[in-house]
Amino acid sequence: MTVKQILQLLIILLLVSCNQDFHLSKVEGKRIEINDSITTNAKIEAFIKPYREHVNNNLDSVISYSVDTYSKNDGELNTAIGNLMADAVYNESNPVFNKRTGKNIDFVILNHGGIRSIISKGDVTSRTAYEVMPFENSVVVVELKGKQVNKLVDYLAAAKRAHPVSSQLQLTLDKNDTVKYASVNNTPINEEGTYFIATNDYLYNGGDRMTFFHPNDSLYVLDYKIRNILIDYFKKKDTLNPKRDNRFIKINN
Amino acid sequence: MKRRDFIQQSTAATALLGLGGLGLQSFSSSAKKITILHTNDVHSHIDPFGPDDGRNANKGGIARRASLVESIRKNNPHTLLFDAGDIFQGTPYFNYYGGELEFKLMSMLNYDLATIGNHDFDNGIEGLHAQLPHADFEFVSANYDFSNTIMDAHVKPYKIFIKDGIKIGVFGLGIQLEGLVDKNMYKETVYYDPIEIAQDMSRVLKDEKQCDLVICLSHIGYYYKNAPNKVCDLNLAKATKDIDLIIGGHTHTFLPKPTISKNSVGENVLVNQVGAYGLYLGQIDFYFEPGKPPTAESTTIIV
Repeated sequence: MTVKQILQLLIILLLVSCNQDFHLSKVEGKRIEINDSITTNAKIEAFIKPYREHVNNNLDSVISYSVDTYSKNDGELNTAIGNLMADAVYNESNPVFNKRTGKNIDFVILNHGGIRSIISKGDVTSRTAYEVMPFENSVVVVELKGKQVNKLVDYLAAAKRAHPVSSQLQLTLDKNDTVKYASVNNTPINEEGTYFIATNDYLYNGGDRMTFFHPNDSLYVLDYKIRNILIDYFKKKDTLNPKRDNRFIKINN
Repeated sequence: MKRRDFIQQSTAATALLGLGGLGLQSFSSSAKKITILHTNDVHSHIDPFGPDDGRNANKGGIARRASLVESIRKNNPHTLLFDAGDIFQGTPYFNYYGGELEFKLMSMLNYDLATIGNHDFDNGIEGLHAQLPHADFEFVSANYDFSNTIMDAHVKPYKIFIKDGIKIGVFGLGIQLEGLVDKNMYKETVYYDPIEIAQDMSRVLKDEKQCDLVICLSHIGYYYKNAPNKVCDLNLAKATKDIDLIIGGHTHTFLPKPTISKNSVGENVLVNQVGAYGLYLGQIDFYFEPGKPPTAESTTIIV
């Protein structure tokens, strides 16, 4: 090693040790609230603007009219808004399902908790659909044996909540909340029969403790979001005038 | 950089002058300051909440966050900006543009790094992959194995930054996807236990890569009251060592100030999370002094 090499080595060693000879002496941590005291960055704001305008124009354009205000609390076992949602899922999904499989959906079941907002009297926009259904859940059709459909019916009877079902299901409870009559398309449920039940992927996977979708014979994923179903349904209807009816009721005798 | 050049020159001069005292005194530079800024669970909240919002009226908004970040960077150029996941899902911007706007804006704010949250899979792993060209920042996740997915090679376990000569290693952790996200969405993404991975990552970054600071960007959640043993940031802090800061997400925990935890060898770890929706920006400043620490526990923490 020459003197020059030794010096070079020393310099390298010193540089390395220099790097390491800083030590963490103090840490300060806090959070800063983002509020209207902070200036809006004009460049960012200008960049967002066209996106915002497009979204708002689209969301706020009127696609239907609601004759009244509908809430999921307007009924014991079925509500106008729930009936609207389940029937919308039936009307919009069945053509898609039929085209793919040649079969028809027997009925639709959703969950009461999945109705996230009221529909207000007056103009209905896509934003309404976002409010009612902010989640990304989409429609699946499950092929179930009659035995499992009876479990579904028992679930509804035990829950005693207005879980939305489409009009093809008729369910009547007696005064003790036991099932008095249950039919699909005006025919009593056949234990050995096969049924095609439409629901959303969240419920299929056991959401709201709806365990009756398993075991099943097959699953058809339609890739059709519930929210898009509502938007498509609203666009087809000039006015929304859903009714509470007798599809799921309790009779006192 | 100028400061470092000066230090290097003076070092060389010292070395040439004498072999004896090694001239450590000549590193008479002042403290270095590294600033870490962070968000989590912004969930597509680009616009501020409106004046009529019941809970967060007039709060949030990325255009304001941009001004704030810019002014902090102006005061301290050695600043890094991170996000701890769930960038996507929560406003119609995501439904209309699939995350494009979120990534473009984060790039305009010069985000340095992000990790992946469960909602970032909401348009499927393909939906996340499709938006990557709009992100000028990188993603880290050490416990998701994307080898058999379209995201392979797009996500690294960790990234090392050098700011003012300080080496900062940052690794990412994600939450268990099974039961939380539809398998059709995350496909063949494999999840590994965050604690084992973090123990390994901290060893790699501290011992092998000689990082001065080790930071974990986590989307595993702060703490689960009803499942206290479930893997979470507080349990992660306890079970690991050599991590200086855990930046968390997922549980939308609004911590008024960072939590000071003890790690497996009794040293301090900071755990922070700033709730959700871009209502807050977290700021952690790390100060470095020249020379060796006077005692083992000489770091002051002010929260």
